[in-house]
Amino acid sequence: MSYKVTEEGNISTVHLDGEIDMDVTEKAKEIIMPLIEAKKEVHLNLKEVQYMDSSGISVLIESHQKATELGTKVILKEISKSVLKVIMMAKLEQILNLD
Amino acid sequence: MNVAIKSITEQRDFVVSSSSLKEVRSFSREVFEKVNINQDLKDELVLAIAEAAQNIVKHAYQGEDTDDKMEIKISLEKGQLEIGFFDKGRPVEEKNVRHRKIDDIKPGGLGTFFIQQIMDAVVFKEGEKPWINHLVLTKNLNA
Repeated sequence: MSYKVTEEGNISTVHLDGEIDMDVTEKAKEIIMPLIEAKKEVHLNLKEVQYMDSSGISVLIESHQKATELGTKVILKEISKSVLKVIMMAKLEQILNLD
Repeated sequence: MNVAIKSITEQRDFVVSSSSLKEVRSFSREVFEKVNINQDLKDELVLAIAEAAQNIVKHAYQGEDTDDKMEIKISLEKGQLEIGFFDKGRPVEEKNVRHRKIDDIKPGGLGTFFIQQIMDAVVFKEGEKPWINHLVLTKNLNA
């Protein structure tokens, strides 16, 4: 997994790239959580994520919950087909913020 | 879907580690490339296999560093797919396997939920020596 973060005002956009599994979830959290804790609105661009498993979905859930707790939000952008399928399999399309 | 033309048995060992999961997916993709099923189903099966392997790392070994190997065996005969997982970790009892409820949005338990959604049957067995656990996932690909 590789990533790029861009900032515009109070919005931080994290572009994730590659496969997100248990082996990289800690790294993903280390990137995303400080942005949420800084009360940024976080946009996760998932266009280049070719694979995500339950560990990756857990990161999305934890990020969403943390953001809600701190009064900000995480929005999932340009979700790849394979990631959307897993989100829907987890029945989270109504819970997470999908754009 | 006609998949009866293929009979396959392939197995491979992997070090029990989260860093092996990519290799597990590559192995699974290689095997399913030889089977005449659609890409969506291939992706689902790869996910189910990777989730089961992840459960071995997470639960049977509780994330501990080890040199132990797990074995994954994929067999297809007349459209009946059977995937076996063998490990030497802590014994897994089916009653202790966490099942995610449909309205539960807590992280965790999702891997097992995915496996159950994708496969027809999930059976936990006691492994024959030298194995401790033997998980069997099955799916009828003719359906």
